[in-house]
Amino acid sequence: MLGYALRRLLLAIPLLIGITFISFLVIHLAPGEPVELATGDLGIQSSAQAKQMLRELYGLDRPLHEQYWNWLTRLARLDFGRSFAPDGRPVLQKIGERLPVTLVLNIIEMLIIVALAVPIGVFSATRQYSLFDKITTVFVFVGFATPDFWLALLLMILFGAQLGWLPISGLRSLNWEYLSFWRQQLDLLSHLVLPILVATFGGLAGFSRYMRQSMLEVVRQEYIQAARAKGLAERVVIGKHALRNAMLPIVTILGLSLPGLIGGSVIVESIFAIPGMGQLMVQAVFERDYPVIMGNLVVVSTLTLVANLIADLAYSVVDPRIRVSGRRR
Amino acid sequence: MTAFWRAFRRNQLAVVGGAVVLCLVVLAVAAPLLAPWDPHRPDVRKILDPPSGSHPLGTDQLGRDVLSRMLYGARVSLAVGFVSVGIATVIGIVLGTIAGYHGGAIDGTIMRLVDLMLVFPRFFLLLAVLAFLRPSIWTIMAVIGLTGWMGVARLVRAEFLTLKEREFVIWSQSIGASAFRIIWRHILPNAMAPVLVAMTLGIPAAILTESGLSFLGLGVQPPFATWGNILNEGKDAIEIAWWLSFYPGLAILVTVLSYNLLGEGIRDALDPRLRQAAGRFVGRSR
Amino acid sequence: MKAAATALTALGLLLVLAGCGRNVESAREEPVARGADRPAYGDTFIEALLGNVSSLIPNIVSDSASFDVAGLMYSGLVMRDGNLNIVGELAEGWTFSRDCLTLTFRLKENVTWHDGHPFTADDVVFTYETMINPKTPTSYREDFYAVESVTTVDPHTVRVRYKRPYAKALQSWGVWMLPRHLLERYVREGRIREAPQNWRAPIGTGPYRFHELRAGEKIVLVANPDYFDGRPHISRVVFRIIPSQATIFLELKAKGIDAAGLTALQFKRQTDYPAFRKAYNKFRYPANAYTYLGFNLKDPRFADRRVRQALAHAINKWELIDGVLLGFGREATGPYKPGTWAYNGKVKRYAHDYEEAQKLLAAAGWRQRNAQGILVKDGRPFTFELLTNQGNEERKKVAEIVQASLKQLGVVVEIRTIEWAAFLKEYIKKRRFEAIILGWGIGQDPDQYEIWHSSKTGPDDLNHTSYANPEVDDLLERGRASCLQEERVKHYHRLQEVLAEEQPIVFLYFRDALPVVSSRVRGIVPAPNGIRYNFPTWYVPKGLHRYTAG
Repeated sequence: MLGYALRRLLLAIPLLIGITFISFLVIHLAPGEPVELATGDLGIQSSAQAKQMLRELYGLDRPLHEQYWNWLTRLARLDFGRSFAPDGRPVLQKIGERLPVTLVLNIIEMLIIVALAVPIGVFSATRQYSLFDKITTVFVFVGFATPDFWLALLLMILFGAQLGWLPISGLRSLNWEYLSFWRQQLDLLSHLVLPILVATFGGLAGFSRYMRQSMLEVVRQEYIQAARAKGLAERVVIGKHALRNAMLPIVTILGLSLPGLIGGSVIVESIFAIPGMGQLMVQAVFERDYPVIMGNLVVVSTLTLVANLIADLAYSVVDPRIRVSGRRR
Repeated sequence: MTAFWRAFRRNQLAVVGGAVVLCLVVLAVAAPLLAPWDPHRPDVRKILDPPSGSHPLGTDQLGRDVLSRMLYGARVSLAVGFVSVGIATVIGIVLGTIAGYHGGAIDGTIMRLVDLMLVFPRFFLLLAVLAFLRPSIWTIMAVIGLTGWMGVARLVRAEFLTLKEREFVIWSQSIGASAFRIIWRHILPNAMAPVLVAMTLGIPAAILTESGLSFLGLGVQPPFATWGNILNEGKDAIEIAWWLSFYPGLAILVTVLSYNLLGEGIRDALDPRLRQAAGRFVGRSR
Repeated sequence: MKAAATALTALGLLLVLAGCGRNVESAREEPVARGADRPAYGDTFIEALLGNVSSLIPNIVSDSASFDVAGLMYSGLVMRDGNLNIVGELAEGWTFSRDCLTLTFRLKENVTWHDGHPFTADDVVFTYETMINPKTPTSYREDFYAVESVTTVDPHTVRVRYKRPYAKALQSWGVWMLPRHLLERYVREGRIREAPQNWRAPIGTGPYRFHELRAGEKIVLVANPDYFDGRPHISRVVFRIIPSQATIFLELKAKGIDAAGLTALQFKRQTDYPAFRKAYNKFRYPANAYTYLGFNLKDPRFADRRVRQALAHAINKWELIDGVLLGFGREATGPYKPGTWAYNGKVKRYAHDYEEAQKLLAAAGWRQRNAQGILVKDGRPFTFELLTNQGNEERKKVAEIVQASLKQLGVVVEIRTIEWAAFLKEYIKKRRFEAIILGWGIGQDPDQYEIWHSSKTGPDDLNHTSYANPEVDDLLERGRASCLQEERVKHYHRLQEVLAEEQPIVFLYFRDALPVVSSRVRGIVPAPNGIRYNFPTWYVPKGLHRYTAG
């Protein structure tokens, strides 16, 4: 196991380089150039000289592989470079401002989803086609089918504008600095309620359906029937034996959702005016802010690869039948 | 086959779902015959009119009939769903099979490809593609498909990893069955169940992705209507023109529900293990 | 299916509730104070920004969010008053020599930078040096190419010498002044973006000082007590960054922000209820931007003037104004706003007339139609691609209406919206388009050299349509070279006549700006220059303060 983990970690480095190289190519292939935007749009006089100067400053006049090499060598020194936006701030600073918010938002959302989806899935499966099953089915699909921005607006109108129970947008109140520590946390939390609600409502469907389906399969297995025949209480049968096996695909899916955790949702962030990673990335893309895009990619890829590794290891721990090396016996 | 139908018919929700999907397809195909107004013709005297006799679903911000736009939009939304998920599933099954069956270095390479695709911002890929090519429905479907196969691939591969070690596979191998036969006859059918769930969640997800793209300004070109972009246009007038949000929202909801119920019904009816253990019928088809 | 029905009913209820929400009475409603309405100091003014602020030195930015913020912290030598006249800001007065070559400014004497340093003529020289330094990434350099030298006569007098008479000379000194004692090193090394003044500690001479910035969330400015024109009345200005128009509107109604620019729909149909009218004052004035349909004049079809005129006849501008702007706009016949001194209303107009359009097209060779009713010439049907940028609802609607109008004429239009960066680089700059829907922001000076002069057709220039007319070139050059309004007016009037006749683009409309401001704010005087020109004199009467300036 340890050997496997080490091997994967070592493999991750060339993989990371590969990912960044391909991304670099694609990003530069997309039409459009940062200098256009850095020196103004149509209505403003632009000067060819200023643009050329900026191009040289950013190294954009060099051939692609040279640009990539420069970037890579700087990265090895953990120098992510500076943003191309007029504020010219270090990329790490920009990412560092936004990553915590997105992480907190997404982790809470993920926890709530798992906490809700597992019981829903289990109960739906054990009471297949019952009223509970039907209601929860419709409920989760309503959540899935409702577009984020639309639900967000409705909730903002209802809870924010009409009832006034929750703030409409933003991350903090304007007088946040003057609040006591605990009130500050409460304030943050109250601002996060609606975004988390919107995100959770939409994400429940996937998990709970997979859970239900997985549970349904497992419950039909012979070893479950054997356990029942042995006289074990139903709760033990389901809770201990069935559940453990049913969780396996969930681990896979959790692994798949990890890049999303760090990426952040652009739509939710725009509507709720939350300064997160999703918005940072989208803006960087629209502005062709290459250093920020690449920096973002590196952070997300690294965290994803690590998370995938953990997920795979967890999978093999939970299901001993899997040979992690993938060799055929 | 008949056992499948019998199993399927038992599930009322699935039957309803299937019927609704069929209706939607018919409506979409017959849109040119059914639409009372030209969906693309603006009429500035009728901006944001509430539902009435001549406009049962009201008009939009340029005075166009919402019902007609919804009917034509059904074509786009359904097509986007089918085609993009079809592409994604096919790619995913192929790659997942190769990875799961062979294992080793091939598996490793494919899984790294999956990692790359997962990490790469789909939105950026869309931007790049849409800027180069004519941003038509086809390019959007292709890109959604090409960036959505990873889940299916992983599921199929996972099933392979599990099933490979199962007794019936080993038994088949020992009697000399060819690799293809093993894959096709034994492993894939068992892998199909989670894949089908993925597909049925994928089709409506593609429809919603298109609406998200409209929000960012990257969806289908004007003046064409999709349910997603009608909804998107309606969000700015949500308080005074509820019909612009309600009807497309309802349509998306019904479509999603139906697809999912249908898909799950198919899956339940196909799954040999479920059928065997159901106990109700004893017959074995084959 | 009962469960489904219940769920749908719940959804429906939600929507109905949303529909009932028109009369938003915030829980924080306070009574309208009577009595003393005298100017008072205090309170906080909260605004919304749609985009992120990219820099706090306005000379090197071009996005409106940054301008909105930086504009309150910096000053120029001159500015425009409510009636668009040039008045002194940092300059006490000036003299322009008769030959229009020497401009001498007398600076106000009691001006200090926000850090206490005195503002002197030397800073003016420094600002000029910064603007012409090729290492400075600024877009406003052009105006200073005509300058020969800038010298200090004494600490409060600056003399600017021009190489040739330049019409925009005086106006160009509205540029924001920068402090030499803080920025000199950075500018010299070409690293102005890395200066702390760019992000953390901007220092200007404006009515407000920088207080705090939270990236992506808010920017806080506080009143400058040493402002040379007297301390501004409103003590604090907070800019909240809210990237969604729909959210801004909700915040406005919930009184989370004090001012916003409304869309036509919001202005007309969503803010008509009593509670809103009590809480906000609505303003309306023509904005400084027009929308147009541009042609690529290198395309043989559009090179023919009759075709362009025919299309102008086929488009119903009032349909556009009613449909897209809900009536909040006016027809554009040229690049000047009605009511400004350069405007000439006596130019050729294009009434909405399909017959006239048909005749013109027939004269240009488009006589036959094919089976689908599309006009054909030499066997090729008249279809073209109409490009515009993504994310702009207004232009999208304009394109859709134009498409429908032209379809009736027998011309097929395909609309394509392209993301801005790609649009700019691949299509506009490379002139790879047939027709576009875009807009021009018009400056305060009528000089239109950059847009219409035949020398400005390079890839980085602004004459996208590739328009070339020697008479127009001459008019532009002469209009630019004089500093006497009476002379210039003649040239610009003639310019409008020619442009209206030639229709290199079809001028569509000028939209109205539709701002609303909290009713507790007094001192707003709508004028041709809008409402913001006198922001430092806005105040909130004592009894109506909502926020304590903490």
